[in-house]
Amino acid sequence: MMGLGKEKLLLLYKQMLSIRLFEDRIYQLFLQGMIPSTLHQYQGEEAIAVGVCAVLNEDDFITSTHRPHGHAIAKGIPMEKIAAELFGKVTGCCRAKGGSMHIGDYSVGMLPAIAIVGSGIPIANGVALAFKLRRTKQVVVSFFGDGATNNGSFHEALNMGAIYNLPVVYVCENNFYGASTHISKVMKLENIADRASAYGIPGVVIDGMDVLEVYKVATEAVSRARDGKGPTLIECKTYRYSGHSRSDPANYRSKEELEFWKSRDPIVLFKKRLFELNILDEEADKQIKSEVEREIEKAINFAIESPSPPLEIALEDVYA
Amino acid sequence: MHKLTMAEAIREALREEMRRDPNVILIGEDIGIPGGWGGPFTVTQGLAEEFGNERVIDTPISETGIVGIAIGAAIMGLRPVAEVQYCDFLFCAMDQIANQAAKLRYMSGGQIKIPLVLRAPTGATGRGAQHAQSLEGLFTSIPGLKVVAPSTPYDAKGLLKSSIRDDNPVLFFEHKLLYGSKGARKERGGVELFGEVPEEDYAIPLGVADIKKKGKDITVVAKLLMLHRALEAAEELEKDGISVEVIDPRTLIPLDKETIIKSVKKTNRILIVDECPKTGGWAAEISSTVVEEAMDYLDAPIKRLCTYDVPIPFSPVLENYVIPTKERIIQTIREMLG
Ligand SMILES: Cc1ncc(C[n+]2csc(CCOP(=O)(O)OP(=O)(O)O)c2C)c(N)n1
Ligand SMILES: [Mg+2]
Repeated sequence: MMGLGKEKLLLLYKQMLSIRLFEDRIYQLFLQGMIPSTLHQYQGEEAIAVGVCAVLNEDDFITSTHRPHGHAIAKGIPMEKIAAELFGKVTGCCRAKGGSMHIGDYSVGMLPAIAIVGSGIPIANGVALAFKLRRTKQVVVSFFGDGATNNGSFHEALNMGAIYNLPVVYVCENNFYGASTHISKVMKLENIADRASAYGIPGVVIDGMDVLEVYKVATEAVSRARDGKGPTLIECKTYRYSGHSRSDPANYRSKEELEFWKSRDPIVLFKKRLFELNILDEEADKQIKSEVEREIEKAINFAIESPSPPLEIALEDVYA
Repeated sequence: MHKLTMAEAIREALREEMRRDPNVILIGEDIGIPGGWGGPFTVTQGLAEEFGNERVIDTPISETGIVGIAIGAAIMGLRPVAEVQYCDFLFCAMDQIANQAAKLRYMSGGQIKIPLVLRAPTGATGRGAQHAQSLEGLFTSIPGLKVVAPSTPYDAKGLLKSSIRDDNPVLFFEHKLLYGSKGARKERGGVELFGEVPEEDYAIPLGVADIKKKGKDITVVAKLLMLHRALEAAEELEKDGISVEVIDPRTLIPLDKETIIKSVKKTNRILIVDECPKTGGWAAEISSTVVEEAMDYLDAPIKRLCTYDVPIPFSPVLENYVIPTKERIIQTIREMLG
């Protein structure tokens, strides 16, 4: 399996499951009124965060978006710290000052997620520039949505990444919608990856529901970047099962469309594959699932039991 | 008259202006998608159905593009009402707003005019630092822009009509907690705000403040959400015999200084309550104006009660701490009255 051992394959599976079950559980708690604000959830897109981050080293970095929970889990932020942040507790990864849209943990290589659409991409270039100047061989991955590719930031950043030959990989999660707007209404191209040619870098379209394909293509792009050969744009076709945010009933799309994508669920597909390869059976699957559930409950309990932030921390961290 | 929420009143103004003048068009993200939301806070619901997608134009997530296209169209005589989903995203289009919309008329020696409205939801609603700012004050420092900030459905409808009919770029700030959006788009912590709004045509001129409550002991100037907190505070203080005059400027540029100065000359005290940060903020501008024009009438130092000079934190307890509350308004007024 592409040089992937049994353990690594099972790890990919477990991580995808962690994201799915974490998001489902968080949603329940949100409905119970235990989580403030709103949520932008990642169910359906797990193969991308997991497949890409599996290629990265711990000291590689990622930038993320308003939809960061999956990236955070895949890059290795402890679930406790993510959950506590969502609950607005002081033990959260951003000390309760970031929230759902700004999850991040510098110590595991994830900058605070950036909720201004497109704005993370130029910043990823800067991270890459530092790596390049210091010859550290580190790489940065910038995650963003299809909607972001219509923003000036995307275009300026891709051009600059290209001309400076930066060690960066641009990963577009094309779930076909930016908020309620279908991509076909706001872009004439069928494939976002075609935009790469405008900047003289490779652009690849892949199935974002297939974690092994994501892993394979990310491996190539990350090696290219690490070897000083410059950026790649990877477009992952995918789908978000939830509405845009948790206040969005998503009436602008059809049931059939949702059902079509659910029939290609990245976790179900990968599980089937692992069964065929005799790497996973029902018994082992159950075991992984209950392990994941235990971890999630532990994280949730940690968040619930954590103290609210003391008021004075609101005034800290404005300046270094 | 009928009772409307702020979102409904704004929608009604848009609808009536679009019926009245074929030059009025709407442009923004997610505003006319079938099955969509009608913009982030339901304001444009139903308008694409009535006016078609030629006049209700959905855009990519391209704020610079949105403001730029609106400016060009306005120069040619259309009357675009453009919008961003949260006012924080105005920064994405800052060149078009500050260097272009605000200056092209002046730079051209008055050859052109830019009858453009840019709607922008303002204020903190538990979403963290990049969806929470109150930026209306900041835009008052850019000559060439008018800045409007209505606090009631009645004012919103009347002021939006004037803004659309105005020949200048107008930034129209709407507070998210005052929309009264219903159903899935309802905001937690929103103010239940229904107001009597005339069904017939009316417009409120820009530059005319409104005394929302008459009083004699102290003047409070506040806008948007803070106006409502100030009114609640005033009501409570009334029980203790403290009479607060609450002034809603309604438009920040042009500013109705006269109403404020006249009130200060009567009450001899003024408190400015503002959700914008304190330093270099709008409250300082009001304060300086009073010092320049009514210093001799003051019996106590002017006070500014503003959001602390920090980005808005995510956690609801922290957010609530950094923004002026009714309790802090009451406490400050008591202190000022000694
Ligand atoms: C500059 C900017 N404009 C608008 C928004 C409001 N907004 C938040 S997410 C979003 C849609 C983003 O779509 P996409 O990039 O495809 O990401 P997805 O939500 O599909 O993951 C919009 C319009 C924003 N956050 N930033
Ligand atoms: Mg999308």
